[in-house]
Amino acid sequence: MNDFTVATRHIENVTVLDIQGYLDAHTAPELERAFQTSIEGNRYNLIVNFSKLNYISSAGLGVLMQFIEDIRENNGDIKLTNMSPRVYNVFDLLGFPMLYEIFKEESEAIDKFQNIPPKES
Amino acid sequence: MQQNSNHSTLSLEIHSRTELLADVRDFVTHAARQFGFDETDVGKIELAVDEACTNIIKHAYKFDPEGMIQIRIAHTNRNQKGKFAVTILDTGAVFDVRHYSKPDMKDYFAKLRKGGLGIVLMYKLMDEVEYGFSPDKKNSITLVKYLIH
Repeated sequence: MNDFTVATRHIENVTVLDIQGYLDAHTAPELERAFQTSIEGNRYNLIVNFSKLNYISSAGLGVLMQFIEDIRENNGDIKLTNMSPRVYNVFDLLGFPMLYEIFKEESEAIDKFQNIPPKES
Repeated sequence: MQQNSNHSTLSLEIHSRTELLADVRDFVTHAARQFGFDETDVGKIELAVDEACTNIIKHAYKFDPEGMIQIRIAHTNRNQKGKFAVTILDTGAVFDVRHYSKPDMKDYFAKLRKGGLGIVLMYKLMDEVEYGFSPDKKNSITLVKYLIH
């Protein structure tokens, strides 16, 4: 069995979900619970940090689709960061960049939530 | 769980349980690597087979853990066309592919639809996807990838 964990961090008005391991149909309910907990706490500015995620199947992407409507209706968003090329490819194949903002670094997503303009590179 | 092998076929049988998806992924990635696929293609085959088994657990067996799923890998000689075919068999509810049409993803996101992403991925990741119904009353899906395009 492959492990999956979610750790939650709060940075001011933003909640970051650090996901780690293998996200598939077996482990997706863990991520669902983490989203549910954030929503119940009225925290709608959510970042999912993928830096330690090894694998994702459509069950993981389905969790994002499950919550996005509710979160945006409450003026929040789900922003995605730090994906490996392999994980990004799954999102890209399905066209998820049409609906979700995907950032290389978590700090860029936090700045976006806090209306801080992007740094010039 | 049983695993058999001879020169050109391998098979694995599992119960219809999501915690066994990791075993299926290990089985198929090992075989794909041995066959000579690079890591990108190994990852595509791994994901497509995961999606097929997930759909069987969810839709064919409706999470009944007593259902059985058989995964058979057959491949040609690597020096020939390099065909790697994974056939997945179940005896659950039939999926009638004739009633399936691929969603337009712009429309999918505009309407914030849910579900149905696994089958879209399977078609995108593999060279061929074929659904069938065998004489021994088993549903089958065959996912094919060629080593040489």
